[in-house]
Amino acid sequence: MIRFEGATKTFPDGTVAVGGLDLLAATGSITVLVGPSGCGKTTSLRMVNRMIEPTGGRIMIDDRDTASMDAAQLRRGIGYVIQHAGLFPHRTIVDNIATVPRLLGWDRSTTRNRALELIERVGLPASFAGRYPHQLSGGQQQRVGVARALAADPPVMLMDEPFSAVDPVVREQLQEEFLRLQSELGKTILFVTHDIDEAVKLGDQVAVLRVGGVLAQVADPATLLRDPVDDFVADFAGRDRGYRGLGFRPAPSLTPRSEPAVTLGTSPEEVRRSGNAWVLVVDDDRRPLGWVEPARVTEPVATDRLHRGGTVARLDGSSRAILDAALSSPSGRGVVVDDDGCLLGTVTSAEVVAALQSPPGPDSSGQP
Amino acid sequence: MTWILDHLDDIGYYTLQHAWLAALPLLLGLLLATPLGWAARRYRGLYTPVVAGTGLLYTIPSLALFILMPLILGTQILDPVNVVVAMTIYTVALLTRTVADGLGAVPDSVIASATAMGLGPVRRLFTVELPLAVPVIAAGLRVAAVSNVSIVSVAALIGVPQLGSLFTDGFYRDFLDPIVAGLVACVVLALLFDLVIVVLARLLTPWLRTGGAP
Ligand SMILES: Nc1ncnc2c1ncn2[C@@H]1O[C@H](COP(=O)(O)OP(=O)(O)OP(=O)(O)O)[C@@H](O)[C@H]1O
Ligand SMILES: [Mg+2]
Repeated sequence: MIRFEGATKTFPDGTVAVGGLDLLAATGSITVLVGPSGCGKTTSLRMVNRMIEPTGGRIMIDDRDTASMDAAQLRRGIGYVIQHAGLFPHRTIVDNIATVPRLLGWDRSTTRNRALELIERVGLPASFAGRYPHQLSGGQQQRVGVARALAADPPVMLMDEPFSAVDPVVREQLQEEFLRLQSELGKTILFVTHDIDEAVKLGDQVAVLRVGGVLAQVADPATLLRDPVDDFVADFAGRDRGYRGLGFRPAPSLTPRSEPAVTLGTSPEEVRRSGNAWVLVVDDDRRPLGWVEPARVTEPVATDRLHRGGTVARLDGSSRAILDAALSSPSGRGVVVDDDGCLLGTVTSAEVVAALQSPPGPDSSGQP
Repeated sequence: MTWILDHLDDIGYYTLQHAWLAALPLLLGLLLATPLGWAARRYRGLYTPVVAGTGLLYTIPSLALFILMPLILGTQILDPVNVVVAMTIYTVALLTRTVADGLGAVPDSVIASATAMGLGPVRRLFTVELPLAVPVIAAGLRVAAVSNVSIVSVAALIGVPQLGSLFTDGFYRDFLDPIVAGLVACVVLALLFDLVIVVLARLLTPWLRTGGAP
């Protein structure tokens, strides 16, 4: 657990970067600090490992005042990941990852095995061990940055915009894998970003800061999107927060309508039989593949004729996913599948919206 | 030409003298310039005075410096220590800025992550910053090496034997052979120093000789 108690940083030039921050980052969960540029996110983070010394208040880790601990000792127990990874250009990947274990005096083979294990853990091939950082892409370097921070298995991790320097597709991958890793490791994580979407996606708890390092609101992502405390937070939470908020609301209980589906290779006559403008195509295990327009089918159904625009939702997924399935489907009928990905039926956006408007059930604000 | 063949022993002796009088100050100068360059980086206010101040040392005429050395150090006029100290001063003049700029070129994100992992300032300097500054420092060393080989020859005027002695010898006797021999030996020596520095720098920077991202 990390606890900021009135933590303050006034720089020598008089800039108040952080003004009396009170915040609790619970053990084993991800707390995201989010806010506009210059609002003191990095400063707050760096006060935890004392790369920046607070000028007021204190910061406790598991009820120990960080000010009373030896700085180097403190830092070796805290993983730190930054934008652009900050890997040592002159050390190989395995040596980069081994940095803290070596400082801690682990023996050679334990250190090396740990580094090799982490390389695979963060989704990189073992053959990267002997490479230098410049031989890796930005996204790969960032993975090594995460591996290096995890090397000595620190209970606490500080992450400063770790994924913001990579392209959106890679960022999404890194975020997914980060959540997967965290579900296995259960670290206490303080995560800084200026991207509210990233904040609500990753955070168990999101703290919005305003300039001057003052806490505007701290809440779980669903609450933040549904109930911002003031205009600043509302503005920051972004425009389509109503829609995005559905991502944190479980899908309403709906009974999918049964959908006539055809398999690949079905003849044009057969496809036209239902009389619908769009017909769903499934594989032999009834997993949805895409839609076809009977009017345009002249040969037996083949994969290259499929319209694949529609997303697929599950009944136990989020409201956003099921609404999106309906909205993205060319037929207007959103495809719903079971846990194995097999077709259950379809729902329309009207049905989803109607179900969403009915009074929410007791656990409607819970996590997806 | 026969003069050269007859005096190979002397030329060899002068070359060895010249080599150590140029090389030792190069090492001493690097040892002194490293903390100076580090301090110039570490404390912002120091950069300009330290870099400009050491740079100015290079403008002292070498003959004047050689002559002043015994007065300052209290040594004999013929003592090679005079030459070593003077040449060390020139090396510091050239290398302080190089070291400061080399350390300054280490990316902030690398320094920040080193600090965040609990590397203290000294360990960080020796295991991260200096290794990364090697290419810049090596470039500065090559300049300093050539400069040293050239300036040492002036010490012939205060009677310290090295290749410069061949120039004065040829000059007094109005005889070209020793001058040519001295020149060639100086050039060879300078090239040799250069080669040694390039090879050492390459050995110290294996990461620079790997291809880019696949
Ligand atoms: N060393 C310093 N001296 C003076 N002011 C500083 C110093 N470091 C940061 N600041 C100021 O403190 C404020 C907070 O900076 P900080 O780096 O914490 O912001 P941030 O929220 O991380 O911003 P960004 O999203 O742009 O990274 C800024 O106004 C910044 O200019
Ligand atoms: Mg920042």
